[in-house]
Amino acid sequence: MKSESVSSIAIRLGSLAFIDALAIWFIYRLISVGGNPYIAGMIAFIAIGLNILVLSDRLYALRWFAPGLALMFMLVVYPVVFTTYTAFTNYGTGNLLSKDLAISQLEKQTYVPQEEGTYSWTAFQAEADVGEFLIWVQSADQSEQILVGPGVERTLEEVNAGPLDADGIPESIPGYTRLARGQTLRYLTDLGAIPFGDADDAITIQNLDKAAKAQPRYTYDAAADTLLNNETGVVYKAQDGRFTSADGQQISPGYYINIGTENFQRLYNSPALAGPFVRVFIWTFLFAAMIVLITFVAGLMLAIVFNDPSLPGRKIIQSAMVVPYAVPAFISVQVWRGLLNPTFGIIMESMRNTFGWAPNLFSDPTWARVGILFVGLWLGFPYMFLICTGALQSIPSDIYEAAEVDGASSWQRFRNITLPLLMVAVGPLLIGSFAFNFNNFTVIDVYNEGGPPIPNSPTPAGHTDILITYIFRLAFSGGRGVDYGYASAITIVIFVILALIVGFQFRYTRVWEEVSESV
Amino acid sequence: MSSLTKPATKTSIVSSKRNQHIAWRVVQYSVAVIVIAYCLFPIVWIFSASIDPRNSLQASTLIPPNASLDNYVFLLTNDIQPYKLWMWNSVKVSSISSVLSVLITALSAYAFSRFRFAGRRTLLLVTFLLQVFPSSLMIVAMFLLLKDFGDVVPALGLNSHAGLILTYLGGVLGINVWLMKGILDTVPRALDESAKIDGATDWQIFWMIILPLIRPIMVIIAILTFVGTWADFLLPQILLQDTEKFTLAVGLIIFARQQFAQNWGVFSAGALMGALPTIIIYLLVQDYIVSGLTSGAVKGE
Repeated sequence: MKSESVSSIAIRLGSLAFIDALAIWFIYRLISVGGNPYIAGMIAFIAIGLNILVLSDRLYALRWFAPGLALMFMLVVYPVVFTTYTAFTNYGTGNLLSKDLAISQLEKQTYVPQEEGTYSWTAFQAEADVGEFLIWVQSADQSEQILVGPGVERTLEEVNAGPLDADGIPESIPGYTRLARGQTLRYLTDLGAIPFGDADDAITIQNLDKAAKAQPRYTYDAAADTLLNNETGVVYKAQDGRFTSADGQQISPGYYINIGTENFQRLYNSPALAGPFVRVFIWTFLFAAMIVLITFVAGLMLAIVFNDPSLPGRKIIQSAMVVPYAVPAFISVQVWRGLLNPTFGIIMESMRNTFGWAPNLFSDPTWARVGILFVGLWLGFPYMFLICTGALQSIPSDIYEAAEVDGASSWQRFRNITLPLLMVAVGPLLIGSFAFNFNNFTVIDVYNEGGPPIPNSPTPAGHTDILITYIFRLAFSGGRGVDYGYASAITIVIFVILALIVGFQFRYTRVWEEVSESV
Repeated sequence: MSSLTKPATKTSIVSSKRNQHIAWRVVQYSVAVIVIAYCLFPIVWIFSASIDPRNSLQASTLIPPNASLDNYVFLLTNDIQPYKLWMWNSVKVSSISSVLSVLITALSAYAFSRFRFAGRRTLLLVTFLLQVFPSSLMIVAMFLLLKDFGDVVPALGLNSHAGLILTYLGGVLGINVWLMKGILDTVPRALDESAKIDGATDWQIFWMIILPLIRPIMVIIAILTFVGTWADFLLPQILLQDTEKFTLAVGLIIFARQQFAQNWGVFSAGALMGALPTIIIYLLVQDYIVSGLTSGAVKGE
């Protein structure tokens, strides 16, 4: 540190300059495309933090954490803050825009007045390009006459137009063919799609006889926070993320607003939503706990059976048990889905042949859960076997000898020696396994996509959905629209539960003592 | 008589012990057969389905009649399901994520192990508590974050592999740093100090002395990260949109869902090829993993 070499200084400052340049370029781009300003803030924050770390000698040690910390702020801290914020909004289908953006989109909507501002028109087609047109529009009394092309207004002099004929239409424009009414017909669809003249005040072709200036449909009154429909005269008040008229009509798109704790209240007191949520919530705990229990019991029993280093072929058994652990879950669960398929699945077929009956492990709510636990057992017991085997081997054998001398039965030895000592070793891993299964998206989603669906649920929830798959369905399953606000509220609920689990693990494993010791 | 019965009893005890031992071995091997069958059954079955040209979910015999490699050929040559591309995408995303993540982890673990600085305790605590916020949980925020990134740099936004890798790296300052710090604490400091006396910088010590020493644990963490990414079904499903961008997990499962019972043979071929790399990796390093799992030095599942 004291005598930092020139090349190391150059590398340090050079990479800092590079990162700063990237950050500035990113923020500049973001602002120029009108992107999310919070992202710009987050990037700026990270860039400033990196500058401080790299330039301050006092923070030398923290430099080693620079990449990890930058990623953490970008991909953990920001998303957590964002999730928390979203949980208190109605962000979702129909309310995807900020209010300013919604208003500016609404102000771009136009309508065509019935009589006022309508014109007759004549098309001139470019000789060089049949898709290019100028049109001559005039009001009925010929008091307004203009020549317009796509997006531009032209003057007659500019295009060297010939004199006006008896109907007030230029006889000719060099380079263009004046189309007769009948000829125009075939281009009507193309012409109707082109906004002619000045973009803010565009003229569009309505039919063979009529072109019209589109008027802005809505005018926003910032003071009253209302939107006026210029065509009908109806006033819409800003209300709950939608502009709503006195008789309850709403305008799309809406915008997102802060709705306080409403999403959280809906979790337990909305009659339609609370039912599915409570079911999903309970099943999540039940699923995680049952998986830990059955895999642990199976793994422990097998570990005891094979806890014998002299057993010939032990290695083969262990290798076989590594297989379920090693196959990616998305593959093995999909394979089990085929094996258990009610119509063709080989297991179900042989059950039918043997017992004359087989449960439907997908469409029946209870049996679907049984099926998932069965698949979960296959996925999880090898892990439990491996950790239990290790833990059993670490229990000193002289304890057993002493117990045997004292006349303890084998059950007593298991109950009073093996189990307590084992739990010390594998306890934290069981908590970890619980937390893992609590969010085990793959098993639930690949097995049956959370189904069978809970009937009459207003949100897409199924009988085997756990919280994380339920969030996924709320936020990403098309069909019934997305509800980011509600999904984020449930995410917060999971954060709290995970925090409790991790806190428990923290005390159980005495991590803090380790922290204190190693300081 | 009594003098005769005693040895007789002794032999009967010995022989009953031996009988017990044999009975126990019988139990052990019966259980072993059941367990091995249970573990391998799905794999054997998809192998059988994958060489069955009828391409259906209905099974026949272990080696189906007219067994052929048609399903494999179809899988690797048709353009509608670009299986090879999915494989390549998965290899790319998983290996880049795992290499970057293990390097960043090592950097941080080294600093935790070797330096004493203000805020060290807090930072250690933060890396532990970070498990509360896995990126797989914040799918809404991740989706919208990448959508916003994409407005500025499309290569980093939705439907990009760089964006997906970024989300995997979010939690890099996590529990693995603890594990690696634990290993580094066992590397004697005398090594560093003698190097320091010879004029080595911290970076040289880290790169040339420490890293080679902890290579085994780095390989294990890299492998576990690789396999975890390879098997992830959630984030790529949300973040990737085009068939050509899919990772194997998303591509294969969506394919399986679309034509479930009709294309079972092709799916089985794809499943088997997708599972083989991780099975081989695990079998090769199973001793490391097993001892790592049992000592708690490797984060399982």
